Amino acid sequence: MRQDTKMPAEAKEFATAGASPANAAAPGAAVSIRGLGHSYDELAAIEGLDLEVPARGVLGLVGPSGCGKSTLLELVSGLQEPSAGEVEVGGALDPAERLARCAFMPQRDMLLPWLAAVDNAALALRNRGVRRGPARKEVERLFERFGLAGFERSRPAELSGGMRQRVAFLRTLVSGKPVLALDEPFASLDAITRAEMQGWLAGALAADPRTVILVTHDVEEALYLSDRVAVLSARPGRVVEELSAPAPRAADRDAAVTDPTFVAVRERAMEALHRGSR
Amino acid sequence: MRRWLPPALVLAALIGLWQVAASSGLLASVLGLEDFLVPSPAEIASSLWENRSLLAENAWVTLQEIVLGFLCGLAAGLGFALLLRLSGLLRRATYPLMVASQAVPILVIAPVLVVWFGYGIGPKLAVVALVCFFPIAVATADGLRSVDPETTKMMRTLDASRRQLLWRVEAPTSLPFAFSGARIAVAFAPIAAVFGEWVGADSGLGHLILQDNAQLETARVFAAATVLAVIAIALYGLLAFAERRIVTWR
Repeated sequence: MRQDTKMPAEAKEFATAGASPANAAAPGAAVSIRGLGHSYDELAAIEGLDLEVPARGVLGLVGPSGCGKSTLLELVSGLQEPSAGEVEVGGALDPAERLARCAFMPQRDMLLPWLAAVDNAALALRNRGVRRGPARKEVERLFERFGLAGFERSRPAELSGGMRQRVAFLRTLVSGKPVLALDEPFASLDAITRAEMQGWLAGALAADPRTVILVTHDVEEALYLSDRVAVLSARPGRVVEELSAPAPRAADRDAAVTDPTFVAVRERAMEALHRGSR
Repeated sequence: MRRWLPPALVLAALIGLWQVAASSGLLASVLGLEDFLVPSPAEIASSLWENRSLLAENAWVTLQEIVLGFLCGLAAGLGFALLLRLSGLLRRATYPLMVASQAVPILVIAPVLVVWFGYGIGPKLAVVALVCFFPIAVATADGLRSVDPETTKMMRTLDASRRQLLWRVEAPTSLPFAFSGARIAVAFAPIAAVFGEWVGADSGLGHLILQDNAQLETARVFAAATVLAVIAIALYGLLAFAERRIVTWR
């Protein structure tokens, strides 16, 4: 099995990758959420949310099912307009401009089954009018660093769950957008693969920092990957507590998550989660 | 091998049974008919051989009607499904009618089409194309709409335009749907062609069947029907083959 958890050591390589045209245009963009509320028909999904994510910062969002976490990502990305409050992404309030600054990674990988892995990863470039040859070349250079070497021409059905997720993340990253909206990116994976992927994502973000909003139901995952974690309440989603992560994206994941400080913060987050679920 | 062996055995047994029943005169006496009206498989086979050039000529006419009519129906069906995807108004106005129209026996308007399009290949093409159009259009329209909304959101944040979403995601997603519509269409196309010929034609297998039936040439009726069955099965197989080659991700 690949040692994905060692990825932070390869940060330099990632930095080289970051210099490629695919993600050179990734200037920082802060996200500011003010008094945000959203209802579907009469049902309030979220209410009175205030959240700040600095440029290249990672905000984790945890909360019970149906607390509007996914809705929040769609509101930030400009896929939906909020019924109350406003979202600012890189200084822009306009939904079309927010859409231009955000890349959304859905819960399931949503790889297109008829396209090879490399063509799935290159979708953003292709949409931007880059021809297939140059787009493939551009993306193929990143495959090795993503632990996908040799699988460039494989169809998604031929890839393991972890590999599919990495292709999906690569697809999101290649868009070159400053803000990544990740909706439970590893929820579909088994526990071991998930831990590996967390270490791997930490390395990827260390090398190519972006502003990230990470929705997850896994408190440990949120605390390990994020700078700050907001615990949301049951519907309508409100912030119950905001916590600072003790060691964001530490190189040694296993050591980081068993550290007493980390465990203490996790306990507090769990306690807040329980409080918000009532 | 194992897969087609049982049905082949059943078919052989049925033909054998038919051969015995027909050649012994049993079938004719049960039906209360003259012997020559109930041909045995052997007689049909020899009729196939004796009339091979006549059958081939007429089969060629019918094959053209089926294939060209199917292709017209396919092009129109796919085109209309795309239009429906792009225009919500058109969809709301016509989709329910299209679904309902599948219950209408379109073949019965064949006589009208002969009046409109004349005596040549025109009305046959029109009947076949019309019969093929609806299942293909409905299935493809459903397929174009079946894209997972999460995929659409993902593509939108990857800067896909409406057209790119249509060609990169919706069209490939709809392909298996289009093929299942086409399978229905290709199964009905030979019936439609024969019906078109019955209304008015001077050649084709349907025309031949009608003539021979009137002249009590029963063996040749069955021979023509056999040729038609072979054409229908071959076209169905060809379509299944194309689907396996094109929809490789399923």
